[in-house]
Amino acid sequence: MFKKALAGIGAGALLFGLTACGGGGDDSGDGGGDGLVIGFAQVGAESAWRTANSASIQAAAEAAGHELKFVDAQQEQEKQIAAVRDFITQQVDAIVLAPVVETGWTDVLQEAADAEIPVILADRGVEAADEDLYVTRLGSDFAEEGRKAGAWAAETFADDADGTKILELQGTTGSAPANDRKSGFFEVLDAEGLNYEIVDSQSGNFTAEEGKAVMETFITTHGLDGIDLLYAHNDEMGLGAIQAIEEAGKVPGQDIQIIIVDGSKAGFQAGVDGKVNYIVECNPAFGDQLMDVVESVVNGDEVEKFTPVEEGVFDATQFEAELPNRQF
Amino acid sequence: MSSYAKRLMWPVLVLVALIVINVSVTGFDFIVPHVNDGRLSGAFVNILRRSAPLLLIALGMTLVIATKGIDLSVGAVYAIGAAIACQMIIDAPDQSAAGLIFSAIALALVVTAVIGAWNGTMVAYFGIQPIVATLILMIAGRGIAQLVTGGQIPKVEDSSPFTQLGRGELFTVPLPIVIAVLMLVALALLTRRTALGMLLESVGGNPEASRLAGIRAKGITVLVYLVCGLCAGLAGLIGAANLGSADANNGGLWIELDAILAVVIGGTALLGGRFYLLGTAIGVVIIGTLEDTIINVGLSSQWQFTAKAIVVFVVALLQSPEFRGWILKPFKRRPAAPAPAKEVAAK
Repeated sequence: MFKKALAGIGAGALLFGLTACGGGGDDSGDGGGDGLVIGFAQVGAESAWRTANSASIQAAAEAAGHELKFVDAQQEQEKQIAAVRDFITQQVDAIVLAPVVETGWTDVLQEAADAEIPVILADRGVEAADEDLYVTRLGSDFAEEGRKAGAWAAETFADDADGTKILELQGTTGSAPANDRKSGFFEVLDAEGLNYEIVDSQSGNFTAEEGKAVMETFITTHGLDGIDLLYAHNDEMGLGAIQAIEEAGKVPGQDIQIIIVDGSKAGFQAGVDGKVNYIVECNPAFGDQLMDVVESVVNGDEVEKFTPVEEGVFDATQFEAELPNRQF
Repeated sequence: MSSYAKRLMWPVLVLVALIVINVSVTGFDFIVPHVNDGRLSGAFVNILRRSAPLLLIALGMTLVIATKGIDLSVGAVYAIGAAIACQMIIDAPDQSAAGLIFSAIALALVVTAVIGAWNGTMVAYFGIQPIVATLILMIAGRGIAQLVTGGQIPKVEDSSPFTQLGRGELFTVPLPIVIAVLMLVALALLTRRTALGMLLESVGGNPEASRLAGIRAKGITVLVYLVCGLCAGLAGLIGAANLGSADANNGGLWIELDAILAVVIGGTALLGGRFYLLGTAIGVVIIGTLEDTIINVGLSSQWQFTAKAIVVFVVALLQSPEFRGWILKPFKRRPAAPAPAKEVAAK
């Protein structure tokens, strides 16, 4: 019993020691002392988009004089939950979370709320039931991205008399971009009254490897004859699928039209090569905007529940001019 | 031999069942290959081609498991092999130079073999438990791969002959299948036509008794992990060549679990000793076919993991003599007791 109590006191002392250290380092670091300590649980480095996003946020934090505790969760929710708990223990000023999936956040977000540490979601969102547990979300409006893709498809295939046959490569099952890019896309197709058929729709997990594998299976199962459109929820899957289409002896961009979301260099290059027909941008460089939001939240200013990042759309006539501007 | 056939019977039946399901949904096109652009293609050939990296890794894993070990680092080693080769190729001015591609492949294989040997050394000489020894690299390995690629995804030009390793063909057979089958044959010959297989099973059964019997147990353990690392590196090269890029985070992600599953489905016990390379190969094809089946049957992505779990569950139950005895009991006129007893004797 005595031993246990001693261990508890020891652990407590250690904990206080750590936070004290963190605070001290912070003060001496910026001289002025107004620099915030921000914990950032990033999804991972699964794509060029994500790497550019991490770089933008890290650069913006440094420029604003904040200390950023950066955790790469390697696409595992468990690691993100552990990271958020660490941030709570370290008593950071604000937690920025880019959730891997939408569900399963209630407990850990409640813990952050109990510790009175504001949580700001970056990029991806969480399910609506947890809406009270975070302050604001800054990021792409994935449903809007889906709607932009849908608007182009509805316009392009408006005169397709025999119905538009669509293949869809979804992102990671259960993730916000996969859910919203899908729902936004088909919402517009339905609203515009396009006569379409979803031939197949499966998850390619946002990676080139699985995008290619799933597309190969689509091709052997359904064939490509009569397929009008491939809608890929990100570049990497789209690029993998393009390889599969080429290896099946078809011409991507002509035999089958392709929409991708993201807009990386590689994606735009494929566009310039005529293999992609439409690109919906998902802008990763929102570091500065994020720092502004974090500062207003910590200062107690009123912020909107959602702040969209500015994003564009590009068709075949714009790919070549836009390619040099791409940052990732 | 009869016990060997019996071991293979259940996995083969499950595979046949999966194929029948697919054929009934999509027709005989599923199983019958056709030649397209001088290359065999078709659903089943594609499954085999995509399964080649997993087969290579599962073969190495089978040998490791035969020594009562396990190698959790294969997925990370896959990523390292892919990263080294791709990074070396994109750093060069001419991505199509034969010498460059040869040395990139050689370097990747040497590094991954050394990593495997290091795992084996930790297990054999330092007495660290295999699951711990290889867990270290499972976690750190992807970091190493990221350091190699600088956190980016290096993309090799499509024109580079390196991509042929994943996309090319030999006498119309896709190259990944050729490589994986060659490895299967080589390892099977090496372990079944020489004493090596017996020594392996002996080391897995009882390392100390093997050592006292004059077997160099430690040397064999290191060799087995080295082969496993080499197989993982080769798998990484094929995967990277197929995509023309190396993804340090996602390349070969969770492949170690699929490999262990394939080994278990194939009838090799995790307790060490007897191993079944052909059974492992069938296990790999089951896993590969399963992923296509989910799409063909029209199940949504959400079903992927559940369906996989159900099939593995069924195979594991079928592999268990106790379960078979229990389930068949009501259908047998004579007492069921002799059946399991015979199984045990046949082992």
